[in-house]
Amino acid sequence: MKPFSTHRGQVFPLDRSNVDTDAILPKQYLKSISKTGYGKWLFDDWRYLDAGDVETRPGDRRTNPQFALNQKPYDSASILVARENFGCGSSREHAVWALRDYGFRVVIAQSFADIFYSNCFKNGLLPVTLPAAVITELLALSRSEPELHLKVDLDRQRVSTHDREWSFDIDAARRHHLLEGLDDIAVTLTQVRAISAFEDALREREPWLFSDEKGAG
Amino acid sequence: MGAESRTLYDKLWERRCVATDDGGVSLIYIDRHIIHEVSSAQAFEGLREAARLPWRVASILATPDHNVPTTDRELGIEGVSDHISRQQIIALDNNCRDFGVLQFSLSDHRQGIVHVIAPEQGMTLPGTTVVCGDSHTATHGAFAALGLGIGTSEVEHVLATQCLRQQKARNMLVHVGGKLRAGVTAKDVALYVIGKIGTAGGTGCSIEFAGEAVRSLSMEGRMTLCNMAIEAGARSGLIAYDEVTEAYLMGRPFAPAGEAWQQAIENWQTLHSDPGAHYDHRHSFDAAEIGPQVTWGTSPEMVVSVDGHVPRPSDFDDDQQARACQDALDYMGLLPGQAMTSIGIDRVFIGSCTNSRIEDIREVARIVSGRKVAASVKQALVVPGSGLVKRQAEKEGLDALIREAGFEWREPGCSMCLAMNADRLLPGEHCASTSNRNFQGRQGPGGRTHLVSPAMAAAAAIAGHFIDISRGELPL
Ligand code: SF4
Repeated sequence: MKPFSTHRGQVFPLDRSNVDTDAILPKQYLKSISKTGYGKWLFDDWRYLDAGDVETRPGDRRTNPQFALNQKPYDSASILVARENFGCGSSREHAVWALRDYGFRVVIAQSFADIFYSNCFKNGLLPVTLPAAVITELLALSRSEPELHLKVDLDRQRVSTHDREWSFDIDAARRHHLLEGLDDIAVTLTQVRAISAFEDALREREPWLFSDEKGAG
Repeated sequence: MGAESRTLYDKLWERRCVATDDGGVSLIYIDRHIIHEVSSAQAFEGLREAARLPWRVASILATPDHNVPTTDRELGIEGVSDHISRQQIIALDNNCRDFGVLQFSLSDHRQGIVHVIAPEQGMTLPGTTVVCGDSHTATHGAFAALGLGIGTSEVEHVLATQCLRQQKARNMLVHVGGKLRAGVTAKDVALYVIGKIGTAGGTGCSIEFAGEAVRSLSMEGRMTLCNMAIEAGARSGLIAYDEVTEAYLMGRPFAPAGEAWQQAIENWQTLHSDPGAHYDHRHSFDAAEIGPQVTWGTSPEMVVSVDGHVPRPSDFDDDQQARACQDALDYMGLLPGQAMTSIGIDRVFIGSCTNSRIEDIREVARIVSGRKVAASVKQALVVPGSGLVKRQAEKEGLDALIREAGFEWREPGCSMCLAMNADRLLPGEHCASTSNRNFQGRQGPGGRTHLVSPAMAAAAAIAGHFIDISRGELPL
C-alpha cells in the first residue's frame, strides 16, 4: 500500500449528509472482478445522465454538467469534503476503490460509517474527522474560492489552508499503518508463531473443528 | 457482580483471541470462512500477487449466490445470460479450483445463499467464529457463534492469516419477555426492535437476544432475528446455546459425529451469559406488544404494526427526522396518516438470507394453499434459500401448492433482495418483501420495498394489499 504522509490538493465540496456506498458506487459495478478501474463509476448516478454498466465505455455516456465533479476545477480534486455519516450502507469496499481510483487521497467529514472508515485505511485513503463547524467553514471557503487547496499532514495531524489550520484526531495504530504504508497481512504474518500455536492448542481443545475432509460427499 | 461473570460475547471473544496489542486491537482466530462471487475475486487476486496461499483451506466453503439467475439452472453456467455475471461466477470456479477450496457450484444441489447453506451443512458450529464478505454474517450468531461481516481486504486477510484484526465490541442485551401472539414471527420481533432502537442503535455493539420469546423460537427463527442485528447497526447478533441448537445440529454433514459429538456438546454447555454478567446497554420488550410489522419508509427503522398508519412528518420533534420522513414518503408514494392496510402491492418477494428456509416456505404454503394471488399483483416470487430447501419443499409438495396459488417457484439465490440479477422492481412498484433492506433502489431503481414476514408477504399476495394476519380471516 502507498504510504501517506502529507498531501496537498484541490477540494471537492459535497455538501450532503449520509452519502451511502450505493451512491458512491452503484451495485451494477460490483460485477467487476478487478481491484482497480472503479474511478470512472464514482458517484455514477449523479455524474451521468444515462445508465451504465461495467461494459459501457465512459466516452459513450452523457455526463451531467450540473454535477460539480464534472466541472473545473473540481474534476482534478483529490480531497473530498462532506457532512456526517459518510459511507453508510452496504459494506462494499468497491466504494473506497472508486474514490481512490478517481484520485481522491483524503475524505474530510463530520463522521463516517464504521465499515467504510476501516476500509479506507486498507486502501491508502485517509478519512479525516472534523467538527461540524469546521466542515461548514470549509464548505463556505470552497464556495467563495473554488480553487481551494488544502494541505493534509498526517504526521502532525493537521489540515491547513495558506492561512488557517485545524488539527484532527486519529487512532495511533491506524495512523502508523498509513504513514508506513504497511500491508496488514504482512504485519499479521509477523505473528505467525502465535497464530500457529493458538491453532495447535485449539486443535487439542476442539478437535471436531478440524476433522476436515468430512461432509464433502 | 464478580469479574468472572461474562457475557456470551465475552466468552466467544476470549475463546478465539490470539493476541491483543497495546492499542487494544486483537487478532481473532477464524474457524469458518464463507465465500461468494461478489466480494472474493479481488481477495484471491491479492493472494496471487503476493504469492500467498490460504492458511487453512479446509475452513472455507464457497458458493455463488448474489448475482445468480433464479431460472434455467439445468443449463448450468450457460443459463447465466448476463455475461458479466457469468464471468464473476467463472472467476469463483477458477479460484476455488486453483486454491483447492470446496465450492457448491451453480450446478450443485447444495448451492444457495451463503447464510442459509453454512448452517444447513452444520458448517456453523457453537463457540466458533464465522466470517463472510457480506454484512448479514450476523445470522450465524443464532448458534452461539460469532458471525462477522467483513470487507474484501479482510477476506484476503483471513485467507492469508486465518485471523481478523478487530477491536472488541460493547455488549448489548435485547430481552424480549413473554409469548408472541399468533401470526407474529421472528421477523416481526427483529423489525419491532429496530423500530425501537433505530438503525444506529446497536453501533459498536454485539447484541445478545434473550428472553422467553427468543428462547421459544426455532433455530430458523433465531437465524432470522440475528440476521437483522446488522440492520440495527450492530456488528453481530447472538443467542445462547441450548437444546434447540443441539437438536438442529445433530446429524448435519459437517457437524461432529459419534464420540466427537459428545465431546462437542459437553464443550458447548457454557455458551451462555453468566448470571450477573455486565452489559453496556440493555433493552427490554414485551412480546405481547408486538404485532405483525410492515416498513413504510426507506430504512428498516421506518416501521409500524400492520394495524397502524403511515406517520406524518409532524409526528417527529427532531427536524432531521421530520425531513427524513417527508423524503421517505415522497419516494414511497405514500400519504401521511394512510392506513398500512391500504397500501396496494405490485410484486411479492419471498426469499433472502433473512427468510427463505424450509419453515418459511411451509408457512407460505399453508397460507396460500387453496387461494389465489390477487389479480392486481403482477408477480409473486418464492425463491428458496438453497437447493436443499428447494428439494425438501418439493418433497413435501409445497411447491405445487405455491404454484397453484399463482406464485413462481424459483431456483436458489439472493435474487430480488439486492436485484443484481434479472429479478427486480420497476420504478414506482410496491413490493411486499421478506428481505432485510428497504433502501432506495435496493430492489431496482425507483422500487418501493415494504419489509415483512413470510406470512405477511403471502397474505398480502392473496389480498393485494397488507392485511393483519394476527386478526382477520384471509379472503379466498
Ligand atoms: S440474500 Fe440479500 S442480504 Fe442476504 S446475502 Fe444475499 S444479498 Fe446479502
